[in-house]
Amino acid sequence: MSDMAHGAHPALAHHFDSLEEQKEAATLGMWVFLVTEVLFFGGLFATYAIYRSWYPDAFAASSHELDVTLGTINTAVLITSSLTMALAVHAAQLGQRTKIMVFLVLTMALGGVFLGIKSVEYYHKFTEHLIPGPGFQFEKEHIRHAQIFFSLYFLMTGLHALHMIIGFGIMLVMLWWVWRGTITAEYSSPIEISGLYWHFVDIVWIFLFPLLYLIGRHAH
Amino acid sequence: MTTALVPPRHYLNDGYGITSWLLTRDHKRIALLYLAGVTFFFFIGGAFAVLIRLELATPVGDLVSDETYNKLFTMHGVMMVFFFLIPAIPSVLGNFLIPIMIGAKDLAFPKLNLASWYIYMVGAAFTTYAIVTGGLDTGWTFYTPFSTVASTSAVIPAALGIFITGFSSILTGLNFIITIHQMRAPGMTWFRLPLFIWSHYATSLIMVLGTPVLAITILLVAAERVFHFGFFDPAVGGDPVLFQHLFWFYSHPAVYIMILPAMGVISELVAAFCRKPVYGYPFVAFASIAIAVLGFLVWAHHMFVAGISVYAAMIFSILSFLVAIPSAVKVFNWTATMYKGSVSWQTPMLYAIGFIGLFTIGGLTGLFLAAVGLDIHVTDTYFIVAHFHYVMVGGTIMAYLGGLHYWWPKISGRLYNEYLAKIAAAIIFFGFNLTFFPQFILGYLGMPRRYHAYPPEFQVLNVLSSAGASILGIGYLLPMVYLTWSLRYGRLASDNPWGAVGLEWNTTSPPPTANFAEPPEVTWEAYDYGSPAVVEEHGV
Repeated sequence: MSDMAHGAHPALAHHFDSLEEQKEAATLGMWVFLVTEVLFFGGLFATYAIYRSWYPDAFAASSHELDVTLGTINTAVLITSSLTMALAVHAAQLGQRTKIMVFLVLTMALGGVFLGIKSVEYYHKFTEHLIPGPGFQFEKEHIRHAQIFFSLYFLMTGLHALHMIIGFGIMLVMLWWVWRGTITAEYSSPIEISGLYWHFVDIVWIFLFPLLYLIGRHAH
Repeated sequence: MTTALVPPRHYLNDGYGITSWLLTRDHKRIALLYLAGVTFFFFIGGAFAVLIRLELATPVGDLVSDETYNKLFTMHGVMMVFFFLIPAIPSVLGNFLIPIMIGAKDLAFPKLNLASWYIYMVGAAFTTYAIVTGGLDTGWTFYTPFSTVASTSAVIPAALGIFITGFSSILTGLNFIITIHQMRAPGMTWFRLPLFIWSHYATSLIMVLGTPVLAITILLVAAERVFHFGFFDPAVGGDPVLFQHLFWFYSHPAVYIMILPAMGVISELVAAFCRKPVYGYPFVAFASIAIAVLGFLVWAHHMFVAGISVYAAMIFSILSFLVAIPSAVKVFNWTATMYKGSVSWQTPMLYAIGFIGLFTIGGLTGLFLAAVGLDIHVTDTYFIVAHFHYVMVGGTIMAYLGGLHYWWPKISGRLYNEYLAKIAAAIIFFGFNLTFFPQFILGYLGMPRRYHAYPPEFQVLNVLSSAGASILGIGYLLPMVYLTWSLRYGRLASDNPWGAVGLEWNTTSPPPTANFAEPPEVTWEAYDYGSPAVVEEHGV
């Protein structure tokens, strides 16, 4: 109500002076959040780096068990979803409601394809007894250290997939906001910071793919 | 001059009923929600401490079994560290004061702020569940492989609680950083900010950069315990020492999450009760940032006996010594502020003096521990216990209580009983030293920590310590009683009962929901004591 009183934009929160200031705060907030995400995945990457340097042969042998074809397709799918996300942000800045919704749905569809392919890969690993623990089966030489690789593989890709699922939730909210008319050309920052998040999730995969799938491939 | 009139409309009477509190987005009300939470968990953690000291009154393990004792010190540590010390000053005093001190109407993300409190409470609920369903016996440090393969206690719910609460910490830090960057009033430049803000900015950096690493470390432990994944398990080639590296990468900086806000409080108190600007403002401000940065480079001093190389130990030892420099800068500058100041010995200042003395002892004994040779001698003894209680209890809790008393008239609009408050401060100071000073001697003589029985020759010092703990306990109950009493019966506070400068004293007590009647514009420097305008307004 106080927003109406000073004749401001309905999306302007009471404690900001202008939409511009509000957008700056939200954007900076998302960047700081992404920094925390870097540190979160950073703990995993550090663990990966240490064990790979200790057990390079076991990591290479384990990596060869992963399906490079499916991984490559998934990488292409995810990069394309970043493109559609960027197009959604562009449409939001121009205030083109239909286009935003089309590109958001496309982004979610590509994300869905990624997760579908990922599930197929997980299923294969399950049938090949590559889940770490008592039932783990691997060539005798590397059976201990390979479990560390697959533990990292499942946790890293699993957390990445979880971030994508959270991204779906964000995009559903954005679709709702676009549908009911909250998002306009002058108030497009929610789509922009959702885009930042999605690109971050994409970038994590860009690191995960070579680290997990491509160890020692150049030798063959 | 200011008069003791309750403003007709303020944040406390702007809406009544349970939902007006549980769904509030007002940073001041959220601060009070946190106050209720941290006070509750402080007394839970305190109850475990009482049982520990009771057990240690006699050399034989007679009150509790050794397994129960393991659970007592674990749950004391978990409750105090994660649910009291980390959130206490930032989430209560910081939440209440940061927007007011910089002249803003609220934090940048009010809904996120409320969400942080709920996340904190959900995390606390999981950990409390772990306590009532059998407890936790791993120590607050969750060392592997004990926590992943051996312990039969409720590791998962406790770890999950800490994991969840970590996000509360992350979101609070994020909120503070954006607020301090974006929401400052016109004229409130970086070097006009109160030092309380600088120290909270540094704290927020650690919260944002460190806590995610704790989160992933806990996930690794949980995955190893639940799914038999191998990360730290030597059976598959994993390394338990890697867990310690990851854990202390967060948990050493976390001690600066606990002490930096306390230092910010002390800067405010010393300036207000000496009627002088803080000596060397920019040095104190940058010392906070320096502590935050250096704090990330010293973690392995917790691991000198864990099998790290001599070279690594030397590097971490030197880096640990470096942290003493910005810490000493602060202590010297507070002392220099008092020099030739017009010091008034009201309750908050008593706590500030207590802090400076006790933190100095805690900090200097930290240097003993940074020296590899001496550290090996006292590793896992009561010397360590005494050291970190001097910093965490003698430092952080002293500052928290000092700050709570100083800003209480602003928070509640009421004055507490100064006479009782001074007695309580004296009891706490005495009880604290009696509890923890004997532990330095015990540790140096070789009494190990985390045992429920000990050789009879240590009994005298242990009895002294237990006696001190009972005095300390009474000291902590007193403010609980008279502060609560003052809410209803205390005399009404004027807008500026201390005659202090700072934006929080330029608004009513309690402040209106929007913090100021008119958005402030800052034209003066921080701690502008002695300037003509301040002298005229406050007669100081």
